[in-house]
Amino acid sequence: MSSSTDWPLWEVFVRSRRGLSHTHAGSLHAPDAEMALRNARDLYTRRNEGVSIWVVPSSAITASSPDEKDPFFASAADKPYRHPTFYEIPEGVKHL
Amino acid sequence: METTAEGFEAAFDAAVAADERIEPRDWMPEAYRASLVRQIAQHAHSEIIGMQPEANWISRAPSLRRKAILMAKVQDEAGHGLYLYSAAETLGTGREELLDKLHTGRQKYSSIFNYPTLTWADVGAIGWLVDGAAITNQVPLCRCSYGPYARAMVRICKEESFHQRQGYELLLALSNGTPAQHEMAQDAVNRWWWPSLMMFGPPDDESAHSAQSMAWKIKRHSNDELRQRFVDICVPQAEALGLALPDPDLRWNEERGRHDFGAIDWAEFREVLKGNGPCNEQRITQRRRAHEEGAWVRDAAAAYATKRRAGSVPAEDGVRMMEATA
Amino acid sequence: MNDAPVTAPPRAAALALGDDALVLSHRLGEWAGHAPVLEEEVALANIALDLLGQARILLSLVGDEDELAYLREERAFRNLQLVEQPNGDFAQTIARQLYFSTYQLFLYRQLAAGDSAFTGLAAKAVKEVAYHQDHAAHWTLRLGDGTAESHERMARACGALWRYTGEMFEPVEGLEVDWRALEDSWRESVAGVLERATLTLPDGPRSGAWRAGAGRQGLHTEPFGPMLAEMQHLHRSHPGASW
Repeated sequence: MSSSTDWPLWEVFVRSRRGLSHTHAGSLHAPDAEMALRNARDLYTRRNEGVSIWVVPSSAITASSPDEKDPFFASAADKPYRHPTFYEIPEGVKHL
Repeated sequence: METTAEGFEAAFDAAVAADERIEPRDWMPEAYRASLVRQIAQHAHSEIIGMQPEANWISRAPSLRRKAILMAKVQDEAGHGLYLYSAAETLGTGREELLDKLHTGRQKYSSIFNYPTLTWADVGAIGWLVDGAAITNQVPLCRCSYGPYARAMVRICKEESFHQRQGYELLLALSNGTPAQHEMAQDAVNRWWWPSLMMFGPPDDESAHSAQSMAWKIKRHSNDELRQRFVDICVPQAEALGLALPDPDLRWNEERGRHDFGAIDWAEFREVLKGNGPCNEQRITQRRRAHEEGAWVRDAAAAYATKRRAGSVPAEDGVRMMEATA
Repeated sequence: MNDAPVTAPPRAAALALGDDALVLSHRLGEWAGHAPVLEEEVALANIALDLLGQARILLSLVGDEDELAYLREERAFRNLQLVEQPNGDFAQTIARQLYFSTYQLFLYRQLAAGDSAFTGLAAKAVKEVAYHQDHAAHWTLRLGDGTAESHERMARACGALWRYTGEMFEPVEGLEVDWRALEDSWRESVAGVLERATLTLPDGPRSGAWRAGAGRQGLHTEPFGPMLAEMQHLHRSHPGASW
């Protein structure tokens, strides 16, 4: 009857053109990395959307947990001095 | 930090209210998850089953240009099915499980695909009316509260913009063609118009899932509102085609600023939904057969991958990162 | 239909190459909605679309693409018998892809390196075809070295299609190609893929016993007639109509 072997899931990252980072495009199923690359090429770049592809087994990704939202990201939110807009510069001063 | 169930629910409600997106690992009510899986799966199944009526004409497309367009379109539908199954997968439901539910009739696909494509003009009518109705439904879904679904819909809507236009152009060529071609086009529009209106689902007061879906911002507009929008869009398009819409009650209502249209035969809708449409059996049988006949192929690729992981087959040479030549 | 004798280059060559691409594209299009896995629906359609694009350019070099595709009789088609063979199971389709895409790859490489009416087209097509060959090779490995069932199916498919591979290396009028080198490269490449796939290169006859010839002479196999009838019927039912 139906296949007992479900192909694993892969996450696909596409560099849309040179000079840009790879960004997450979506996911797909493939039996192995070589086929995942090819499936990704066919599925996610059939309208010339990319010049390079990464595929990563979904199971290999470690993600931050949304439960840890506050401890993980809150401390970064209270350091406004990391951002240039924190600083007041007299009007007319250029190249800063 | 609020970690109680009430806290999670409050955070979820606040995010939806603020028009923020819910992402896969966020806490969400089980009913929200179930509702999304149901809707995304039905949408994905529709893309996959929807390949069949059009693929029926790939081998007979009357020009090479039309053949290329149709192949590309049917291919897109497979691609869109894949995007949507991926979106469903982020909710913890695998594709194999969803396909199994489709094959055993436990999940549905859009009833429109249970109608047959009898002539070449049907390919045009599907593009213009069926894809037109689908796009009217789908554009608001690009703002759906669930992130992966919304993102899949953005990609799909972008890619689908050519689907409707090619159908319209196809019908226009027929309408302006020989008398036999014109007649073929009119016949197709006659057959596809009413089923297209049914695609927006039952009237608002009978729609089982509408209210909750709107509250969760999975859905943004009611069935009737979208149906009305579609009718108003189609009337001038039909005029430009030189084809009539098969509804004697269709007329402009000055007061409402919208078109009035005739009563939809909901008995037919319910019958087709129940499985008594002209093609229900055929569509699901073909889908099931393709899946079953492909099992040995999927098994072979999985077995090969297992052998390689076990080291009994040397790894394929070649780079891990593919720089496309584009 | 009356077809003028095919003599002057590059007509014979354009028809041979164009018909190969057109007919195989049509066959691959028949997979739509029937592929073993959704990812493969997309892959097979990509290949079919590449081939259809090549066919349209090639046929347009020597006439109106639609007249040539839809109004010629079976005997006027110059494609290889290999490409008209029915899809069969997925193994048969992959074996056909392996044999043909490897042929097209080495043929177009030579044409791209030469200086003829086909140089520009070949330079573009060779990239597409390299991908087709890669696709076929990867699937050959997986089917050949997958399960016992897939191995058997793949071996059977390679054997069954072997007899259609001989005519690929018969010179085509108007093509400046080293056919001997083409055949050597083809055999080496296909043998290499098959070996890695735990399969062996078939050793049966590489052509039918019929002296009259094969596809390049307009002599086709029985499945081709029904395929053409299906492909052409709508176009022929409305003479002179535009679509």
